[in-house]
Amino acid sequence: MSYKYDPQLDGEIRPVSRPALLQSLTAVIPAAAILHSEEQLKPYECDGLSAYRVTPMLVVLPETVEQTGAVLKVCHRLKVPVVARGAGTGLSGGALPLQQGVLLVLSKLNKILHIDLENRTAVVQPGVRNLAISEAVAPHGLYYAPDPSSQIACSIGGNVAENAGGVHCLKYGLTVHNILKLNMLTIEGELLTIGSDALDTPGFDLPALVTGSEGMLGIIVEITVKLLPRPQAAKVLMGVFDDVQKAGNAVGAIIAGGILPAGLEMMDNLAIRAAEDFIQAGYPREAEAILLCELDGIAEDVDSGVEKVGGILRDAGATETRIARDENQRKLFWAGRKSAFPAVGRLYPDYYCMDGTIPRRQLAAVLHAMGELSAQYQLPIANVFHAGDGNLHPLILFDANKPGELEKAEALGGKILQLCIEAGGTITGEHGVGREKINHMCLQFNTEEIRQFHAVKRAFDREQLLNPGKNIPTLARCAEFGAMHVHNGELPFPELERF
Amino acid sequence: MERDQDQSRLLQNQLQQALGEGRALRIAGGDSKRFYGNRVDGEILSTRLHRGIIAYEPSELVLTARAGTPLRDIEAAVAASGQMLGFEPPHFGAGATLGGAVASGLSGPRRAYSGALRDFVLGAKVLNGRGEILQFGGQVMKNVAGYDIARLMAGSLGCLGVILEVSLKLLPRPEAEQTLCFALNSRAAAAKANRLLTQAVPLSGACYSDGQLFIRLSGAGETLARCAQTLGGDGGDSDIWAAVKEQTGDFFSASDLPLWRLSVPPATDPAALSAAAAAAAATLWDWGGALHWIKTRLAADEMRAIATTAGGHATLFRSAQAPGDGVFQPLLPGLKKIHSNLKQAMDPHRLLNPGRMYADF
Repeated sequence: MSYKYDPQLDGEIRPVSRPALLQSLTAVIPAAAILHSEEQLKPYECDGLSAYRVTPMLVVLPETVEQTGAVLKVCHRLKVPVVARGAGTGLSGGALPLQQGVLLVLSKLNKILHIDLENRTAVVQPGVRNLAISEAVAPHGLYYAPDPSSQIACSIGGNVAENAGGVHCLKYGLTVHNILKLNMLTIEGELLTIGSDALDTPGFDLPALVTGSEGMLGIIVEITVKLLPRPQAAKVLMGVFDDVQKAGNAVGAIIAGGILPAGLEMMDNLAIRAAEDFIQAGYPREAEAILLCELDGIAEDVDSGVEKVGGILRDAGATETRIARDENQRKLFWAGRKSAFPAVGRLYPDYYCMDGTIPRRQLAAVLHAMGELSAQYQLPIANVFHAGDGNLHPLILFDANKPGELEKAEALGGKILQLCIEAGGTITGEHGVGREKINHMCLQFNTEEIRQFHAVKRAFDREQLLNPGKNIPTLARCAEFGAMHVHNGELPFPELERF
Repeated sequence: MERDQDQSRLLQNQLQQALGEGRALRIAGGDSKRFYGNRVDGEILSTRLHRGIIAYEPSELVLTARAGTPLRDIEAAVAASGQMLGFEPPHFGAGATLGGAVASGLSGPRRAYSGALRDFVLGAKVLNGRGEILQFGGQVMKNVAGYDIARLMAGSLGCLGVILEVSLKLLPRPEAEQTLCFALNSRAAAAKANRLLTQAVPLSGACYSDGQLFIRLSGAGETLARCAQTLGGDGGDSDIWAAVKEQTGDFFSASDLPLWRLSVPPATDPAALSAAAAAAAATLWDWGGALHWIKTRLAADEMRAIATTAGGHATLFRSAQAPGDGVFQPLLPGLKKIHSNLKQAMDPHRLLNPGRMYADF
């Protein structure tokens, strides 16, 4: 697909004069906080999905919540669309700028405002890096649980916008489970507090709705996160398999065995070899699959759990099980997993990372079907993923310099997403829809559901100025995309004009 | 026992008819939580016969069931596979249903340690106020496609749509549980409960009743025995958890004073709330001090001021009479507008449970 904003498919944007906008903005925010020259704008033309690039009309970097509100008021008055951006590490193009829009970069709102040890919470600004929170509270034996693999760089505001996950979600939840309160600016520049310092809040669960809303409902300017005490002990176990399907089935067996692992990750042979070449984590290069299973908690429980998981893995056909003998080896086992993306990235000029999630019982079948698709499209797929959550991250390897190969990779990716939906899953587990999967939303949701999403959007942003063209497709786009929910052979959206 | 059946089309028809005739509907499952929220008048839309577990695969830690499925059937089904609902929902009556539990959004003593009902919602099928059947979320642990309308249904009191089906994440049932009790004053008890959270103790409940702190430990038998030895205290009656959850103990039945629910930050000093309680009434709190049940005749304004000062909010949970502005703490104007807009988005004709949450919708 073309990732460029298409007024016919994404909605008209009223043209605005750049000098007029610049003038209005300089009245409310220091000139130094506005970037407008070509070379200043260039670094902001993409987020972590670097295949998609658009130069924004202007970039604004407010330093205070007040400035942020003032910028929104101006944009609202002039009807200029606003795309929010944190650290720009998102993988679905959610912070892809608009040529006719303002890119609102929140990276300067980067202070940890308050740490409450008694209630085990921290109040932080959106530009604070995920890992910086855990680092700041580490002396108190606390940490912030969600740990997306980009945690060194990604910011907490972006984590909220995407409902970021990580390797410890099965036990510790996603971002939505680990935040208490959000301060959010509406597109009108009004400051709202949603959620509270108590464990619940009167009214609708707005934090649930806003988390993962991809900058479509409001701009998050302050976040109260929950902090957890560091577990007393953590151990990791590696199960080695000569067959991917056996590994897939072992995942279900661990869960059915009453174990709730802190992390349960799987890598296939291509990923194992790439990681091993890259970082020498001690993975068996000849294995068809490995599972990494981490247990944490009270020391004795961890020990008995490790024993139990070892038995389950062997029963499931593991040719070998290894327990990391000490903290160093535990970190090394994880280092291989955490560096798997860059490691695979060395094999081919480009890779395209997918994010579908499926019920765990379908793992073996979906992995098998992906293998067939890979052969059919003649593009290798490496698999590194959150097996415990059923969250797949197939990496499609290709060379964008070869004509047609990017399109082929995208087409294969689309097939994989369709496979995930057919298996009872979803097109995105943690990376978000953004711009990347906007068409695939039409596969997962029907007309009424998409209409309902738009109605919810209008409850916050009547004029659709926040991040237009992302997350929820227009019905016109779904009609154009064609490969829709086709019920009983009827053409989808018969009421719509075809472009 | 009623048989499993899918009544979604019937419910849809009834809603569409009411829509055509402009009649308000009061959604009811087992009607066990009718007391909760503001009074609603309207034709009953009953989900009671729309019941049955649709999918339950223990290896997935996920259960999907129709709204009218009795909560006790669900709890029994998952217990048989060594699993449980991690949020320990209160039933408040024999007929409590899954739909009612999700719509009320209430969670029991385990909430402070394992998470709230809303944390376990993975997906929902909903009949909105336009009579459309919509599906959000799914049966998988992670799903960020579209807005999380499924989770929004938790605690929405039927004001946004009729919940038809829900998929919930389950937790493995702990191998063993043990209750300990300590004779302490409320303040010392709250401090102790809070301190225990940072120690290597598998805490799954901490409530205070009748001059005693009760704590519940859940985990492997040997670990519990060792922890119990380290912690000291006396063996406590494990019935306390059901009594606090279902509000069956003496505290709840002793008088017919209005019952307030104060939800406050976990480390709140109970002394900060003591002005709220009736002089003679006992103290009862749960969630390690984050949830206070208070019996009092104090005016709603005063109760709300006390809760707000502590960083929380107050709900008139049970009472013969509701205050003029309703049982829930009023919303600030900005939030009120968003709430009205959301109601408009999901139920534009204000058909479903009008006024149950707030008078404006």
